[in-house]
Amino acid sequence: MAWLHYLWGGLLIGAGTGLLYVFTGRIGGMSTVFSSSWSYVVQRPFFQQARFTDSRNWRLVYAAGLVLGGLMWWLGPAGGAPQTTAVPAWQLLVGGFFVGYGARLGNGCTSGHGICGMGSLQLPSLYAVLTFMATAFLTANVMRWLA
Amino acid sequence: MNALQISRALITLAAGVLFGFGLSVATMIQPEVVLNFLTFKDFGLMLVMGSGVLVVLLTYQLAPRLLRQPLLDNHFHVHPSVWNRDTLVGAALFGVGWGLCGVCPGPAIAALGTGNWDLLWALGGIALGALVQGLRAKT
Repeated sequence: MAWLHYLWGGLLIGAGTGLLYVFTGRIGGMSTVFSSSWSYVVQRPFFQQARFTDSRNWRLVYAAGLVLGGLMWWLGPAGGAPQTTAVPAWQLLVGGFFVGYGARLGNGCTSGHGICGMGSLQLPSLYAVLTFMATAFLTANVMRWLA
Repeated sequence: MNALQISRALITLAAGVLFGFGLSVATMIQPEVVLNFLTFKDFGLMLVMGSGVLVVLLTYQLAPRLLRQPLLDNHFHVHPSVWNRDTLVGAALFGVGWGLCGVCPGPAIAALGTGNWDLLWALGGIALGALVQGLRAKT
């Protein structure tokens, strides 16, 4: 059952997002924390919007939970095996930049539009997912073809 | 902080733990797995997205019908998404970045806990991208 961990992983991701909603009513997309955390240090009006300053504390706690979840997996099932990637640093940095810029401009990422947006049956989120899937497929295949 | 605020913080942390553990179990914290999916070599991530959306769909539909308010707060939030030029351009750029590095915001954060320091490049890139987006924004 080589696919079972995909099923379990997805169910756990959904359970985390669902738990947050049932107890606090919050919609737990992940990319907003990258804007809301800048509001601690950048005074520009954009970052000082209430939607960032009102949510920055819980978003940071939620992100800390993600780190802790990763740590528990690493110490548990992964047995502390060293984790690395063969993707070159420049690709991670440049790709990351577009991920951060694009997710914030488009108000959502794989979890915000993907899990939360589609989970609340919002058509704009479905269109956003179809858009980023298309450009991601294209980019990844061009990169593999060039390599 | 009062007891309610502490309980809320603990639940938020626990929700993050489930999310981060799930991303790790699903191997989404490995850029290679994401890039294999994006180059049609392994369709497992469809199952991750599908099962994740299903659980959230059921929760978002059922919770407001069964509960008057969240267990630790006074209202269920709504976050309407809109379809406009920013969403289109933003999603398109997000996809280009994701296809280039195989890392999206959640896994970039969760990978910190697994000691995968290579992914700090991606985390730094995402933080920088979010900063530049905010500095260029009109509002």
